[in-house]
Amino acid sequence: MELFENIIAHYNHWVTIFLMVAGLYIVVARGNMVKKLVGLSLFQTSVYLLYLTPGKILGGTPPILDPNFAVYSNPLPHVLMLTAIVVGVATLALGLALVVRINEAYGTIEEDEIFADGEGGE
Amino acid sequence: MVLLTLLAAITIGVVRARNLFAVVVLSSIYSFLMASVMIVLDAVDVAMTEASVGAGISTVLMLGVLYLTKVEEAVPAHTPVLPLIVAVVVAAALLYGTFDLPPFGIADTAVHSHVGPYYLSNSIEQTLVPNVVTSVLASYRGIDTLGETTVIFTAGIAVLLLLRGRRRDHSDSDEA
Repeated sequence: MELFENIIAHYNHWVTIFLMVAGLYIVVARGNMVKKLVGLSLFQTSVYLLYLTPGKILGGTPPILDPNFAVYSNPLPHVLMLTAIVVGVATLALGLALVVRINEAYGTIEEDEIFADGEGGE
Repeated sequence: MVLLTLLAAITIGVVRARNLFAVVVLSSIYSFLMASVMIVLDAVDVAMTEASVGAGISTVLMLGVLYLTKVEEAVPAHTPVLPLIVAVVVAAALLYGTFDLPPFGIADTAVHSHVGPYYLSNSIEQTLVPNVVTSVLASYRGIDTLGETTVIFTAGIAVLLLLRGRRRDHSDSDEA
């Protein structure tokens, strides 16, 4: 029973870690650059979860003040994550623009083929 | 909890799929699920942003890039043993760390006992905004938000500079 309660208490953290590690694995193991960027955004969303999880209070409401409610979840992680999402999409756009340029210069978006091309050409 | 399990399942799909179109669509579904999880975690503002930015704009950008490049991913040349080991070691270290974290959803943790309650109790009085997330973002931390806008502006300029004159470069290389 204690084990079960432990699992419930930390399930969010574990899923967060799984998402984070999956993102890391994609970034390291896959050579395709679009796939790498998807992995990077997976990693990023896991960080949102990491921040929002401790801000939640069971039985609390969203932090919009109203005389009918007394318990609110913590608003500060929400503010931080709003900023993170918007900056995240900006960096994603920049990365995708770089991918388009690399595709034009090398004719491929696979890392291995680009390295092979560089060794053959120089 | 069901939503989180679904999230993990979709992540496995993203890792395994080789067709990039499928990967992009899966990551869009992933963003919607993430937004639902955020609503459960009481972060309604963040959920709205994630649904519009993560599932909307990101998907459109990715599909645009797929249109300009290739849809199929090549089979990787080397075996993914080393990345797998790295991932497992990192996961083990982080899992070990979670056992010292406070359990989910209780109110008397360090997170809820310092700055957060100050904003919750003074927001109406000082800014007249009932939504505390808005008042912190736009009033208390307004200058930081200006800095954030600068970051986005810079990224936008960089994207424009990178993609400008693409056609011209193309015709040059064709002639040469």
